[in-house]
Order: sequence, then C-alpha cells, then structure tokens
Amino acid sequence: MSQSIGLKGKLGLNVFKEDRVFHIKIKTGCEKDARLKRAIFACPAGLYSENDNGDVVVSSDGCLECGCCLVACGSEVLEWHYPSGGSGVQFRFG
Amino acid sequence: MGSQGESSFDAIIVGGGLAGLAAAYTMAAEGLEVLLLERGDYCGAKNVTGGRIYINPVRELFPELWKKAPLERHIAHEEVCLMSRKSSITMRYDGAELKEEPYQSYSVLRGKFDKWLAKEAERKGAMIVTRSRVDDLIIEDGRVKGVIAGGEELRADVVIAADGVLSFTARKAGLLKDIASNNYAVGFKEIIELDPEVIEERFNLEGNEGAARLFMGDATAGKFGGGFIYTNKTSLSLGMVVGIGALAENPDLKAPEILDRFKERPEVARLINGGETAEYSAHLIPEGGFKAMGELFGDGILVVGDAAGFSMNIGVTVRGMEYALASGHYAARAVSEAKQKNDFTRSGLAVYAGLLNESFVMKDFINFKESLEVLDYPPLFTHYPELAGSIMKDLYRVPDGPKERIYPTMRKYLTMSEFWGLLKLGRRMMKI
Repeated sequence: MSQSIGLKGKLGLNVFKEDRVFHIKIKTGCEKDARLKRAIFACPAGLYSENDNGDVVVSSDGCLECGCCLVACGSEVLEWHYPSGGSGVQFRFG
Repeated sequence: MGSQGESSFDAIIVGGGLAGLAAAYTMAAEGLEVLLLERGDYCGAKNVTGGRIYINPVRELFPELWKKAPLERHIAHEEVCLMSRKSSITMRYDGAELKEEPYQSYSVLRGKFDKWLAKEAERKGAMIVTRSRVDDLIIEDGRVKGVIAGGEELRADVVIAADGVLSFTARKAGLLKDIASNNYAVGFKEIIELDPEVIEERFNLEGNEGAARLFMGDATAGKFGGGFIYTNKTSLSLGMVVGIGALAENPDLKAPEILDRFKERPEVARLINGGETAEYSAHLIPEGGFKAMGELFGDGILVVGDAAGFSMNIGVTVRGMEYALASGHYAARAVSEAKQKNDFTRSGLAVYAGLLNESFVMKDFINFKESLEVLDYPPLFTHYPELAGSIMKDLYRVPDGPKERIYPTMRKYLTMSEFWGLLKLGRRMMKI
C-alpha cells in the first residue's frame, strides 16, 4: 500500500547519486537562528530538525533540490548550491 | 561560429528544462550553433510538474512536435473539490466538448517528456551536454560573455538563463529581485503506479482519457494552496502546492505530514488503494507573477521560463510549462534577430521583450497580476470550505423528526457579517 511506507521509505524510492560534499550548509553561528526553524516545516523531504541543544541540523539524505529551505530561510543562514553535475536526485518520472 | 571569431557558440543555454530545450530546438532549427548545459544525468532529471500541460497557446509555435510528443492522457474530466474537515463538495466539468480534438490539455511526466524534447533538439543540431553544472558567468565590461562549467570557460554571443526558479545564472547577472518567500510555493508529489484498467475504472475514463482533480481547503490543512491528482497512463500524480509563507509562518504541520493527511482522506484513499508509490519529488514554483518579475534581458543574456518567473496560479488553472516553451521560443527568435544585426547588447536583445509583450505570455501576466494577492486569502482555505460543508450537511440531512425549512436553515449560516464577507470576497475576485 502506498500509504504505509513513510517519508524515509518514499525518499528511498528515488534515484540518488551522492555528491562529494553535501550542497547545503547551515552557516556557522546560525544554528539557533529562528529563520532556520522555518525549514523544519517547509522542507518536503523533512531534512531539517532541531537537536537537543536547540541547534537546527540538516540531513543530507534524500534532498529533492527544490530550494524550499533557501526561500523559506534566506541566504544569510544557508549556504546553498546545486549538487555538482550528475549528482543528487535524478527524477525518472518528474 | 561567433560573430567576431571570439565566441565558440551563438548561444549557451543554461538548463535543459522546457524553456531551455525550446530555445535550443528553435535556434538549432534556424542553423545557429547552440550549446545546452544540463546538470542532471539527462534532461528532465531535475524537473517536476504537478501534472498537466495546456497545448493551445503553444501548438503553432512548435507545429511538428505535438503529434509525436510523449504525453500521458488527454484531460476530459475536470473536477474541483472543496474539502472541509469531514466532508467535501465536488464540482465536475466534463461531457462531449472535452472529448473533442484537438484536446486542450494532457497529463505529462517530465522525466519522459524532457528527455524526448532533448532528442528532438539534438536532431535539429543542438549540442546538449548533461551532468554539467554551470558555476559562474563570464562577465567582461558589464557584458555576459559566457559561462564557467566544470572549471572550463565556454564563450558565446548570448547566454540564455533557463536554470529554473532559483536561477543562479540570472541572479549573478543582477537581473532578478531578492527572493521574497511569499512569492513562492512548493509543489510536492508522489507517482503512484496502478494498472491502467484500475485508473480508468476509478476515474470513469474511456480509453486514453484522463482526469484532473484539484482539492482546496482541508486538503492542504487549510493552508494557501491546493491538492491535485492527475491520471497518467499507468500512474497517478498525487500531490499538492502550498505557499512557502503558509508552511513556514504558521508552523503546525510539516509539509510531508500534510501530504500524508491528504492521502488518508477517504475521498482520496480509495482512489490510490493498492497503488505503489514509485517516486517522491518536489519543486519550487514562482507564483509572484508580473509584480515579482525581474529584468528579462541584459547585455549578452536572456532569461526564460521559471527563471524569469513565468508561472501562474489563477485557481483552477495553474500553469507554467506553456510559458516556458513560449519564452524559450521567443528568446531563440530574439537571438536570431540580434545575430543578423550583430548586436547582442541589451538594446539588441530588447526584441525579446517585444515578442513576449505581443504574445499570450506577457498579456496573461499583466491580466492576472493581482491573482496571487487575491488568492492568498486565508478564509478561502479554512472558513469557506467549512461553511459550504455545513450548509450541505443541513441541506441533505433528514433528521429523525421534522425537517426545518430551507430558508431559515440558510439564514442561520448566511448572517449579516457572512454576507458582507462574501461581498468582500466577490470584490477581491473581480480583480482576477
């Protein structure tokens, strides 16, 4: 059933090609910035979360490269590039 | 080769989506030397649509293409559904006129479609290099002269920024406005595979007919946006588009949770029952329209498709791909004209704006420039779906005792303040 596979399971269905370095970086010193919390709710891949220290962290597994976090949080708190050529998600259906 | 022997290409196109491919196809057909750089494994690898393309506005621009295009199903059944928390009201539009050729819209999958369009562009003579990310522009004396990709300098008379909604290319050339989150929405969707017979039976389709269903209200947990289901040949595109502001500024549910909630609605669950999710994708959509647009051209550069902000939400029709195809086509014609005059400066390329202004592209964006502000109105997604649901409940209800008269029942809901609210809503809508 399509309903029961969960977010991790869904992301696992996609074709990903790992990049040498992850293409999104929370800028040093911005980990507790309130703007970053917006990505926790906006990211369709659920990659953002808050850890026990109150720092926002981003997971590199399964990024869909939509750029939603960059738009939601802004470039003052995020360093955001596309993955290098031939890396990252490769949509088969799109 | 380049006009003064210094450029290797007439044009370099950054990005192999519909706008970039349309530009490549058109320019190559006119004999120009075109290089298109695509960062994905193939054209389409990074591209996502909700699901449907409207053909009429671009039919004549690409007369050879549509007969062979790998489209999914022609849309012969349109539905819009107003969802309250526990009920929904659906309006269906179909019948003989939607079954007549030429069909106005089709469901489509970009993985297939863009890959095919890339082949067509190559057949015309365009050079397409995949797995190649453009990292920077070459700018000399304020003029764009080419791009840097993989450490290599590639020069051209014109660069076409077709690198999508974030367009780092157009941004580097200083042509775009700062990103304001309220001008963007994010679409996220699943491809759910089902047997074609099951799809046809569940959606009442004959043969290759398709259905488009839009859902507003509780579908997006009351947030600005809407859910959708489009039928493909052997799958459904199921997802939603939600404003970034609505997701980020009123945090209660996370985006993936809203999608799961939508799939669990009984109205939706029975449509996808037994289906296998095959892919989960997401894409940003520029919804700011005319007011959010930056400059469409500069010295040695043109901006097309999503990069230029050519996407529009006017409620029941949500469009972008036709604007992408058309703007790519007009950019190509502008490059041809600029080449004849050997003038690739801002003034030489201004013909692009002229072509867009005369076409449906800019006419639409000017006509619907208030659309986003009108539609980004919270009661439309919370209060009104609930109100409509309550009215329907009382209209249809047969209680165990006597049934109340219809008029007093309606009056209970349509209070004076409700009436004023609706009048205000009506006046808002008049701007679209």
